[in-house]
Amino acid sequence: MLLDLAFLIPAFPLLGFLVILVAGRRLGEPGAGWVATMAMGGSFAAAAAVFLGLLGEDADERRHVQTLWEWVPVGDFSVDIGFLVDPLSITMTLFITGVGALIHLYSIGYMHGDENFSKFFLYLNLFAFSMLMLVLGDNLLLTFLGWEGVGACSYFLISFWFTEEANATAGKKAFVTNRIGDWGFMVATFLIFVTIGSIEYVDIIGNAEGGHISESTATWITVLLLIGAAGKSAQFPLYLWLPDAMAGPTPVSALIHAATMVTSGIYLLTRVNPVLAEAASWSTDLIAWVGALTALFAATIAVAQNDIKKVLAYSTVSQLGYMFLAVGIGAYIAAIFHMITHAFFKALLFLGSGSVIHGMHHDQDMRHYGGLQKLMPITSATFIVGWLAIAGVPPFSGFWSKDEILAYAYDVNPVLWVIGLITALLTAFYMSRQVFMTFFGEYRYADVRPEEISEIWDTRFATAEAAVAEAEAGIGVAEDGIVKAQEKLDKAAEKLEQREAEMAEADESDEKAFDKATKNLEKAKEGVVKAQETVDEVTVSVDAARAGVDTARANVETVLAAAASAGDDLEGISDDDLPAAVKERREFHPHESPWQMTVPLILLSGAAIIAGVMNLPFSKDLHFLEKWLEPTLYGNKHKLGLSGGELWILATIAVVIGAVGIAAAVAIYLQKRIPAEKVELAILARGWRYDEAVTDFMGGPGRKGFDLVAWFDATIVDGIVNGTGRLVRTAGGRLRTLQTGLVRSYAALVAVGAVGLIAWFLVRTTF
Amino acid sequence: MSSLLAASSADVPFPILSALVVTPFLGALLMLVLPNGRPEYFKQVAFLVSGAVAGMTAWVMVEFDKHTADEFQFVDSAEWIAGLGISWTLGLDGISLWLVVLTAALFPLTILAIEAEHTPKAYYAWLLLLEAGVMGVFLALDLFAFFVFFEIVLVPMYFLIGQWGHGARAYAATKFFVYTMFGSAFMLVGILATAFLTAAETGNAVSFDLVYLAEEQALATTTARWIFLSFAVAFAVKVPLFPVHTWLPDAHTNAPTAGSVILAGVMLKLGTYGLLRFGIYLFPEASVYFAPALVALGTIGIIYGAIAATMQKDLKRLVAYSSVAHLGFIVIGTFALNTEGLSGGLLQMVNHGISTGALFLLVGWIYDRRHTRLIAELGGLQKPAPVFAAVFMVVMLSSVGLPGLNGFVGEFLALLGAFAAHRWWAIVAATGVVIAALYLLWAYQRVFHGPAEGDNAEMKDLTWSEGAIMVPFLAAIFVMGLYPAPVLERMEPAVDALIEHIEGNVEDFDEADADQGEDLDVDDLKDLGKKKDSKATDESALVEGGAG
Repeated sequence: MLLDLAFLIPAFPLLGFLVILVAGRRLGEPGAGWVATMAMGGSFAAAAAVFLGLLGEDADERRHVQTLWEWVPVGDFSVDIGFLVDPLSITMTLFITGVGALIHLYSIGYMHGDENFSKFFLYLNLFAFSMLMLVLGDNLLLTFLGWEGVGACSYFLISFWFTEEANATAGKKAFVTNRIGDWGFMVATFLIFVTIGSIEYVDIIGNAEGGHISESTATWITVLLLIGAAGKSAQFPLYLWLPDAMAGPTPVSALIHAATMVTSGIYLLTRVNPVLAEAASWSTDLIAWVGALTALFAATIAVAQNDIKKVLAYSTVSQLGYMFLAVGIGAYIAAIFHMITHAFFKALLFLGSGSVIHGMHHDQDMRHYGGLQKLMPITSATFIVGWLAIAGVPPFSGFWSKDEILAYAYDVNPVLWVIGLITALLTAFYMSRQVFMTFFGEYRYADVRPEEISEIWDTRFATAEAAVAEAEAGIGVAEDGIVKAQEKLDKAAEKLEQREAEMAEADESDEKAFDKATKNLEKAKEGVVKAQETVDEVTVSVDAARAGVDTARANVETVLAAAASAGDDLEGISDDDLPAAVKERREFHPHESPWQMTVPLILLSGAAIIAGVMNLPFSKDLHFLEKWLEPTLYGNKHKLGLSGGELWILATIAVVIGAVGIAAAVAIYLQKRIPAEKVELAILARGWRYDEAVTDFMGGPGRKGFDLVAWFDATIVDGIVNGTGRLVRTAGGRLRTLQTGLVRSYAALVAVGAVGLIAWFLVRTTF
Repeated sequence: MSSLLAASSADVPFPILSALVVTPFLGALLMLVLPNGRPEYFKQVAFLVSGAVAGMTAWVMVEFDKHTADEFQFVDSAEWIAGLGISWTLGLDGISLWLVVLTAALFPLTILAIEAEHTPKAYYAWLLLLEAGVMGVFLALDLFAFFVFFEIVLVPMYFLIGQWGHGARAYAATKFFVYTMFGSAFMLVGILATAFLTAAETGNAVSFDLVYLAEEQALATTTARWIFLSFAVAFAVKVPLFPVHTWLPDAHTNAPTAGSVILAGVMLKLGTYGLLRFGIYLFPEASVYFAPALVALGTIGIIYGAIAATMQKDLKRLVAYSSVAHLGFIVIGTFALNTEGLSGGLLQMVNHGISTGALFLLVGWIYDRRHTRLIAELGGLQKPAPVFAAVFMVVMLSSVGLPGLNGFVGEFLALLGAFAAHRWWAIVAATGVVIAALYLLWAYQRVFHGPAEGDNAEMKDLTWSEGAIMVPFLAAIFVMGLYPAPVLERMEPAVDALIEHIEGNVEDFDEADADQGEDLDVDDLKDLGKKKDSKATDESALVEGGAG
């Protein structure tokens, strides 16, 4: 039976992992990459076979449990390693293995030349295995195994280039933040077990539908699972690990942090939809609101990011928010639909950004791109497909899935619909901005960058300032010279007076003496004249120095004026003044990526174009995905109460909104009619300072609190112990006459105490 | 458990359990007569002796009858001090089996892994004596014999820390000794009181036989509660529970690596095993009475130990505090007093021995190479020592409780059991897994990630022999994580018997366990939700309705 091939789906990547673990270094590059890619291909084939097997069954019979072995058998708590094969899990496995195989292939090109090439594929296969365990597991514990397994692989891969401190920190942040969510998952599992004595999905679904889970219990389970899902799927307030996770190699961002792992939360909530159906409405409303607000919040941040991957990261958070919104209002199929189309176009966008980064010397700043369309035609064309898909331009896939979510939102609560629309507007805007900055306009990479220009001007300004300071110091020296010269002049004058007096007193009779006095007088006169000359000279030099300062100051002004007039232009800067980096960039020619990278891009762009056909809204006959997934929803799907006319109007509004977003981006980034600073607000660039606030809290009061506990332990708890010890020792020292060993004295003390206690007990019970 | 004294099903003429205790003891004596001229003999002999014990234990493990895991097997009984009712009775059931296996496995590995820094003769003699004592504790079915073994264990560890330790080793050794003696004094009182008061109540001769005393349950409720407390103090120090834990970081930090491995691996379990075997089994009513307090202390230990671990600057001290947190999970599981919790706690005892034992070995090897344990002085070690880092990572993740590795199953079951019994404490305790990720990953980052500078760049990778020593640890980590069933199967009958024992002796005791919902098969889901579907209107389509 085809369904019994289910175990092969995770078995292939596990096998790949083991092969690379044992022979990775021998396989080397590109061998290890091909092993891993083929493992994913095998897994995809197995998933396709199981899919065909399921299709062969009646719609109501499409459910199968394959048990491998008993994992944790303890009393009532008995959990198997077993797989639940149904339309929901197989839908997940199909896109996980399909997109996964393409990303594996892509990575062979992307990771070319990395010294840990085989290790990368080792982790990648392990990740795929964990992810498949997550979706195929027939119980919460096995899902949790996959859940934490993907978290661990995500941690390994984010900190893959671990010698950079920032990468290591990002990996740790991802794992620890996810663990907060995992706490919710664990407690939910406890609560479910305590309530129905099982954590198998079959029992959870059956008992929830059978009314064996009370509303309050179901509500708590929902809230706890929401905490778990918010961690893994990067929703507010736990989203902040995802932007940092971009520190990992780009294929990782595409596979783990866009297409697969981050959708686990939506999968989990959909899987237990009968519990959500039993829960109080405020808890499912909470899911919807968390989703809607996260979608909007993240979209606003994406508007002001300059790192090509950060834009996509916030975009992913935002798109996952849409899916939460859909789950919260019971539009499960819309959520899964969007999950699939998003997996295609966001993986495409991430891989495209990776191709750009790969072609651009690992520069991720979009301000340095521009005009790459001509240089990287395949990357550019496929990226544009992804852009149109996410921006909601019909007939690209993203339009259909997003529109379906918006229609349900409108039906349930128009406020949610408005939030979704604003988000759609922002999405169209920031994605257009990204495409325009990267692929359109002038080629800017070789340009001298504003910061480099200002650096040159800064250097010139500093030089001029230094000249002023030097000239000013010259004045000081010259003025000192005047003082000294004046002193000399004074001395000479004194001497002259003295000589004149001598002359006056000189005896004219003594010819010799008289001659001498006359000579002395002459000399003194000469000295005075010389000193006077020196004073005059020095005075002139002071004036010259003063003039020099004025010139230097004027020069500073000139530099400033020139800098101001030049602005970001190269006016007044010759090529010789430019830093070496600019020359290097001028030599550099961006290149299109190798075929291992472009083939996945082309295939994914095909999927991103046509994936909408899974669930076109025109006729019930076209609702393939809906019919396929319906049996896993047990009638808990929200029933859309809108007429066809209303749906047409909603779709038109959505298209217009998307067009407005794109038009705004055209005006700002292509036609430059509005300066970009008007929208790229600093507060948005800093993510509303939420991350900073959390980091500050953790590093500040949080750390102080932890330190306090450590201090309490060392000083108070241990202090009491040591204090008691000293007290006993002092007391003992007074009692003791002989110097005995410390331990022996304690032992004796203890023995005496023990005997006393025994006596007390015996006496107490005898009488 | 009524047939506890019935002889084991495996009818062995050879007193195998006595051999497990006596062999290392004789080995220690042999060490004393070995000539000093060939120091390498000491290690070889010690390894052979502990290896022989491991071999015998392996045989016991294979022969152990899992269907009667609730009974003591291989029972070996002889009169000792007949006049006082003291006997040499050893036995093994599903509760002690895995702790004995852990002990038997950990000693030869530790002996192989670490060289004695000086005076090998005494060092290995003490280690073997320690093994004899630990085996005795886990096997003794006589209260007096248990106490003797419990005390014997102290002496070798005192000397191992005091003479082969580092830093403030004298202080640490004394603190360890005094602390434990303090607890032991209470236990001695408790043991004597139990035996003599039972004799007084029943009019029978005085006996220290565990099974007899436990089945008799002759003591008045209040008396039993007081005596339980005296036991609990001794075991709380040993576990250690907050707030009597501060000897542990000092002992661990200053102990030689072998001391740390054995201390964390098996000696801490003397406390949790004691609580289980002597606390709960002897005093079921008092255990139920005090269970909330112990769960509370365990939970405090989890959070407090984890927070304190986060802020440590010394890697070994960090691992020591993590033990405080991990042992907290064991305590809350045990005092959930249900199958899940008790099994989880028991499994966690074994798992903690594997993970933390391996962690201390690895930290010891870092110290051997770098001569420092200060986290701030280490960094970037993954670059020069990738295999070392990978092994450390696996062991660390096992300690973090990653599913698929051994640490998870026990931790999860303990929390699950605790949740059924004391919901709010378990919810708080579960946050310990978040902090565990924080302190271990942070430590890993600071030690292994980042750029390697100075001596760190020269760090030697794992050698083949070190790798070989880690293989059994890694194997256990994966096997126990993915297929713990053989271990759990052998524990469960004993755990269930213990719960029945509580139920039989404590009125109103109700095992806090799951409510039972419907047990469904996958085919039962077929028709669910159909009604809802048929009642509801179909979803509108764009073409149909308005536009159509």
